Amino acid sequence: MALLQIAEPGESTEPHQRRIAVGIDLGTTHSLVAAVRSGSAQVIPDAQGSCLLPSVVRYGESGVVAVGQTAADAAEFDSANTVISVKRLMGRGLQDATLQKPPYQLSQDSDQSMVRLQTAAGWVSPVEVSAEILKSLRLRAEQFFGLGVSDQLAGAVITVPAYFDDAQRQATKDAARLAGLEVLRLINEPTAAALAYGLDSGAEGLYAIFDLGGGTFDISILRLTKGVFEVIATGGDTALGGDDFDRAVIEDWLASWGFAPDVGGLSGAERRRLAQLARRLKEQLTASADPDACLRQDWVNDAGQVYCAEINRSRFDSVTRHLIERTLGVAQQVIDDAQVTCEDLKGVVLVGGSTRLQGLRLAVEKFFGQAPRVDIDPDRVVAIGAALQANLLAGNKSSSEDWLLLDVLPLSLGLETMGELVEKIIARNTPIPVSQAQEFTTFKDGQTAMMVHVVQGERELVSQCRSLARFELRGIPPMVAGAARIRVTFQVDADGLLSVTASEQSTGVNASVVVKPSYGLSDGEIASMLSEGFSLANEDMKIRALREAQVDAQRLLESLHSALTQDGDLLTSVERAEVDSAIDSLRRSCGGSDLDLLRDRTKHLGLLTDGFAARRMDRAVQQALSGRSIHGVL
Amino acid sequence: MISPSCGMASFAARDYFSLFGLPVRFAIDPAALDSAWRSVQGAVHPDRFAGQGDSQRLLALQYSTQINEAYQTLKEPLRRASYICKLNGLEIEPERNTAMPPEFLAQQMEWRESLEDALAAQDFRAIEQLEMEVCAAITEGEILMEHLLDQSVPDTRRAAEEIRCMMFLVKFSAQLREEKRRVRHGTAANR
Repeated sequence: MALLQIAEPGESTEPHQRRIAVGIDLGTTHSLVAAVRSGSAQVIPDAQGSCLLPSVVRYGESGVVAVGQTAADAAEFDSANTVISVKRLMGRGLQDATLQKPPYQLSQDSDQSMVRLQTAAGWVSPVEVSAEILKSLRLRAEQFFGLGVSDQLAGAVITVPAYFDDAQRQATKDAARLAGLEVLRLINEPTAAALAYGLDSGAEGLYAIFDLGGGTFDISILRLTKGVFEVIATGGDTALGGDDFDRAVIEDWLASWGFAPDVGGLSGAERRRLAQLARRLKEQLTASADPDACLRQDWVNDAGQVYCAEINRSRFDSVTRHLIERTLGVAQQVIDDAQVTCEDLKGVVLVGGSTRLQGLRLAVEKFFGQAPRVDIDPDRVVAIGAALQANLLAGNKSSSEDWLLLDVLPLSLGLETMGELVEKIIARNTPIPVSQAQEFTTFKDGQTAMMVHVVQGERELVSQCRSLARFELRGIPPMVAGAARIRVTFQVDADGLLSVTASEQSTGVNASVVVKPSYGLSDGEIASMLSEGFSLANEDMKIRALREAQVDAQRLLESLHSALTQDGDLLTSVERAEVDSAIDSLRRSCGGSDLDLLRDRTKHLGLLTDGFAARRMDRAVQQALSGRSIHGVL
Repeated sequence: MISPSCGMASFAARDYFSLFGLPVRFAIDPAALDSAWRSVQGAVHPDRFAGQGDSQRLLALQYSTQINEAYQTLKEPLRRASYICKLNGLEIEPERNTAMPPEFLAQQMEWRESLEDALAAQDFRAIEQLEMEVCAAITEGEILMEHLLDQSVPDTRRAAEEIRCMMFLVKFSAQLREEKRRVRHGTAANR
């Protein structure tokens, strides 16, 4: 196999090689993949021309995994091996999962680990199930663009509900790694929608994005100013979506048929059939122009008894009113948090398939005092926004078309203190990235370790918040009680993901942090899944690794080339000579096949130019202030 | 290795005001702060360095984080005032200085009693009225703060005392907002 020509940076590569990056909307009921092609973002269809991939995965006994429509078709007769709405289980423990009454057998390794599902192919975690969906979308995109082993996708931007906590975000990122995707960014679904909408319409001002999907609800208030998409406040409910509307209808039917109003008494197959019936009738009702339409269909239980399922709009509205009210309660909270009023909003944009419900649209219109905007396809807009961001991050945009997404932390981060109470360390709606340092001290003489429990949520008791991780600080030098000062720094990155570092202040000893993510997978687990999951031949793996290292090296060379052209004056001639010689040697090893040498030289050049990077950042800040932003429009 | 700074004031060494090109003053133009924040964030945000090496991305994360920290500090009046005191060599340390002027404490007691009464009666209007009074007191405090801090020689000692009082007011007004929400939803605060 021929390796791609590595061009000398600056000596223009063959017609500037575009890096293909995709945006993925990993939804509860449907998932989509989109990419920018000839200047515009579009959703990529499968071979049959359909854009929406049902988020359904079926595990066969022979280890065959089916994803999408074929799996969805089996959901009724093979409910125990067909996983639907897996997004609701991401980053969740057994207790949460059981509440959702899925028709699979569930378990977990310990009371702080992510739930697992039993299938014909063995136990699987929600991360692995999601990875199957992502893999299917990755293959769809690769086939569409004719990519192979050596020229992969440059990466993916994956959307998550704005209200996803750290565990749910981490689980999504892990699933993407498992699916062989390089995650450029996780972005929030309403933010992605705002990006697609704002760029399309040139909107400026305050907007609310009201996003009700199959399983999650989000609302974000954004300020759109000259290419900056700034989230002011966000809120939501990651367990509220179209599925819950279906369930409300089912419970109403069950009650009218004289059953206990709970699906718990039904078989898995019965539950699935009923769920599909409810969804179908809901969609027909929504699509119907006749406000008095009454839809009926027979439902047959496992014993062959026939029941008439009936629904009309007024009944539907009355059994789902409490769900709509829940969304409006969250909307009010977000408006309060943003310190704005409904009148300040220039528009309310509806996103997500469930916003097609007329009852919901009317309620939203009444609440905000203005008709919501529905001129965009609520199913596709999130994937389109993600594709636009992916294209930007892959470096395919000229500076004149630049924009910036500024998001916030959706849920407060806190620490467990005495008496099971939570002490907040970073408040919700704080712009990210953000970090906060906290000092701890020992309470016993000679104490060398301590536990730190990080939680996320707004409530005052630890048990009412979500446990994110327990950290053990070890290697604290033995001192009298209270003398040690351990500084723990919590860093939330632009993806909303948390990392923790710690050091002992009085002696300067770095205490080691052992991270045990609650409801997550450890890096070791991910690594072993990765090696199991990739059936690539050894030779292919080597080519892939070398190709990746070459891409990394090339990127570094390219970015350095433009950095030196722009800010070369920040280096002394001695420094410049040193950099140039390191560039030369890296360039020489680019064409070769010595993987280790290539990696070493890339690393060396990276380290050597760290200081230069810092000087450039300082200059960029100065230039931004004096209005001569190097990035143009901002 | 190349050292991170060369002559010009390095990023880390600069105060939060100068990061945004603003004078060190308590009275601030919020629109100017917002717009400077967006510009500077636009220059350092990690998304600007997505395709570049790990070290460049880490650096962007650090800068971007610090820009946000500076923004949050200057945006909130009390944090801004505390920061000005700090620049003038006085740390507020509210947990170590708990002494309050007696007339302030008396006012606090009175307000707390009014809240108890309003909650017992589930009287939304009364809580709203109380909130307006507290907001007015906060505004008054901010005017005083401007007077104390923006004179040629800032009176940080008195400002610090005022900041500690205002911290209570801000906390109390947040509590009032929360109680209002609860009363509006018809659920008594669980206590």
